[in-house]
Amino acid sequence: MSAAVLVERNLMIYKHTWYVLLAEIFEPILYLLSIGVGIGVLVGSVTGVTGGSPVRYAAFVAPALLATAAMNGAMNETTFLMFGKLKTDRTYESMLATPLSERDVALGEIAWAVLRGTLVSLAFLAVITALGLVESPWAILVVPGAALIAFAFATAGVVVVTFLRDWQDMQYIQLVMLPMFLFATTFYPLSVYPRPVQLVVQWLPLYQSIELLRNPALGVLSPRILVAAVYLAAMGALCLTVAVRRLGRTLAA
Amino acid sequence: MSVPAVHEFGYWWHRYRRTWRGTAVISIANPLLFVTALGFGLGRLVDERNSAYLHGGSYLAFIGPGLLAASAMQMGFIHGSGPVFQSARVGGNYRAAVTTPMEPSDIFTGHLLFTAFRATLDSAAILLVLLVFGAASPAALPGAVLTALAFATPISAYAVSTDRPAKLSALFRFVIMPLYMFSGTFFPAEQLPGPLRALVWLSPLWHGTELCRGSGPIVIHVLVLLALIVAGYLAGRRSYTRRLTA
Amino acid sequence: MNHTGALVSARGLTKIYEGPPEHVAVGGIDFDVRRGEAFGFLGPNGAGKSTTMRMIGCVSPRSGGELTILGHDAARDRRTIKARLGSVPQDDTLDTELTVEENILIYGRYFGLRRDVIRERTDRLLEFARLTDKRASRVQDLSGGMRRRLTIARSLVNEPDLLLLDEPTTGLDPQARHLLWERLFRLKQDGVTLILTTHYMDEAEQLCDRLAVMDGGRIVAHGSPRELIERYVTREVLELRFPLDRHEQAAEKARGIGERIEVLPDRLLCYTSDGEAALEEAGRRGLDPLTALVRRSGLEDVFLTLTGRTLIE
Ligand SMILES: Nc1ncnc2c1ncn2[C@@H]1O[C@H](COP(=O)(O)OP(=O)(O)OP(=O)(O)O)[C@@H](O)[C@H]1O
Ligand SMILES: [Mg+2]
Repeated sequence: MSAAVLVERNLMIYKHTWYVLLAEIFEPILYLLSIGVGIGVLVGSVTGVTGGSPVRYAAFVAPALLATAAMNGAMNETTFLMFGKLKTDRTYESMLATPLSERDVALGEIAWAVLRGTLVSLAFLAVITALGLVESPWAILVVPGAALIAFAFATAGVVVVTFLRDWQDMQYIQLVMLPMFLFATTFYPLSVYPRPVQLVVQWLPLYQSIELLRNPALGVLSPRILVAAVYLAAMGALCLTVAVRRLGRTLAA
Repeated sequence: MSVPAVHEFGYWWHRYRRTWRGTAVISIANPLLFVTALGFGLGRLVDERNSAYLHGGSYLAFIGPGLLAASAMQMGFIHGSGPVFQSARVGGNYRAAVTTPMEPSDIFTGHLLFTAFRATLDSAAILLVLLVFGAASPAALPGAVLTALAFATPISAYAVSTDRPAKLSALFRFVIMPLYMFSGTFFPAEQLPGPLRALVWLSPLWHGTELCRGSGPIVIHVLVLLALIVAGYLAGRRSYTRRLTA
Repeated sequence: MNHTGALVSARGLTKIYEGPPEHVAVGGIDFDVRRGEAFGFLGPNGAGKSTTMRMIGCVSPRSGGELTILGHDAARDRRTIKARLGSVPQDDTLDTELTVEENILIYGRYFGLRRDVIRERTDRLLEFARLTDKRASRVQDLSGGMRRRLTIARSLVNEPDLLLLDEPTTGLDPQARHLLWERLFRLKQDGVTLILTTHYMDEAEQLCDRLAVMDGGRIVAHGSPRELIERYVTREVLELRFPLDRHEQAAEKARGIGERIEVLPDRLLCYTSDGEAALEEAGRRGLDPLTALVRRSGLEDVFLTLTGRTLIE
């Protein structure tokens, strides 16, 4: 696997800037604390969780924040950072002068994004466990879950980055990600929406990601976990195929 | 206002005319999305419970002015950090400006005036939508502009002399974000546990939020924000001069 | 041309950058690089040198023609070819966040080399690049010339059979340049084939066994430096410099002196077999130059003749 050497390179880089990863979990933890002492008090417990008993608001939001962190971490790696390597640093040019191929570059960067997503989710899981927000031992499933989320969004990120022309275009990504974060049942259950809106929201990849983590974290073992896993695996596989092909073409110009 | 400062204002105005579409999206769409998701979505959960902390008001009416002030703070950060840092770098616009009759303090003043202008415009746009939602009062506008300047002025003073952009992102992560979360934007500050409740007085954003809500001792909130602007302005005149004439 | 024994062989090699606007950067060139020689590409800015180098380096796919490198087709066996290449691109592509040493380490890893092998080579490479005391510095803190030296050192980590150098000495101080020439000379002695581009004629003359002069995406001449000088320019050159307001006028008056006149923005070059005689002729015509210089002609004259603006008599 010559793609593995890209993971090696990233580890080397993060050896100098490991605090970036710490900062990445700092934000969801802030959200969590703010919710714990603040909004949680206003809301009390959430009753709209299908198949589950009422849960404390912070315990309800925590897995969604983890899903968002996994998504943002992976997307950040394969859009923002990768665009910089493509256009500004021209990192890949030096790699392609060696036996590495465009395919190795795509696979290696995705593998790294998944690995770091998993690491961040482990750290976050430790924090929410310490805060007493984990409701069930099944919560351990969020770790492979976060890896799958990272995979789906990392591959999607590579596809997106091949369409970007300049740094200004980066804000269109924000324009999709922020509403998704706000509306994909991060802060309240799906039942808040009228039925037609529910049907739309259920198709959002972040909604499926949240389902994948929230159910096991709350100890609800429902078939929805499986649906979400299949959805994200399919999304990742599709994006992977497109990503490898498109990035190959971008790099070989 | 010294006349040369107008040139610096003009420079930013000229740039703005080319790029306003992109920047408007970020600074206006962002708070409006938050208002919709939290005010209406989360608001349903909150209003059901009817917490005594909200004194009978709706969550939407609570969070509207809060988000207005919070986005004013973000504007202050956005305009006071990146553009100032970039302009002060070798090859940046400040470097060209100091070779003209403009003094560093004129450059600072001109840029700040532009920030004030942008903050007024963007806050007014946000406020307009909030009014339609019935989620704020028109009297909140000056509070928002003051909040933006209370952040932009000291942040510019700092950004002009910093050497690495990483310091600015650290400022955002470790100062701006925590302020955002705990200054009464999303929930009333009275809910905070005892010692934290006293600390919130130190948060400029909390004063801005209270101003936008029209609650508490208005004179004190205004004075705090003005003090920050004046202190930041004095510091900025010095740091601009030091950096640009070195 | 002889096909056998060629380490790199191009026939009708073409590169078209798909626009808009579509642009033919290399318009069907033929050349052979023999095992163990140093082959140079010369040519004005935009001639297509870097594009050609990038195609040889298997980083830019060709649009047409044939390209065989080390006995393999450049499009089909990229991995095999690249494993035996060393490459110094025109612009440095170092990892600026990493240290000097880490740059060599990770680059060696791209070739699948073992860490201990790389470590062992790193010491020698750093010494060659005179970067030993900078080994733990971040690349972003290096000067431009130091980065260039690191790029060159890095390209040798896999002990390549064929080394591609695109303007290797641009930005180097004179010492570093001479040190590099010496090192390249030794590599050549060890059997490494070199392909390089340069804008320095002394470098081309010193290092290259054979040269190809490119202009507008085509090869306009090739041969050894000596052959090129003999074929395209006279033995001597008379250089005349005038006040700028009289430059045009003097160029008109000088018509017919020597065999050919090259008008440069700041000087006139008269190509002739006898420089002193040409200078006398200039005096007879009442030309009153600020400075006049007779010298032997060199590669620079070949370059100007082939790619410049000429008045041919
Ligand atoms: N990626 C690209 N896309 C489009 N056109 C390109 C690209 N790279 C080079 N060109 C064009 O191809 C032509 C040849 O460029 P090339 O870089 O090969 O020139 P060069 O001989 O190396 O010049 P220099 O001496 O300036 O390095 C130029 O006209 C250039 O504009
Ligand atoms: Mg070139």
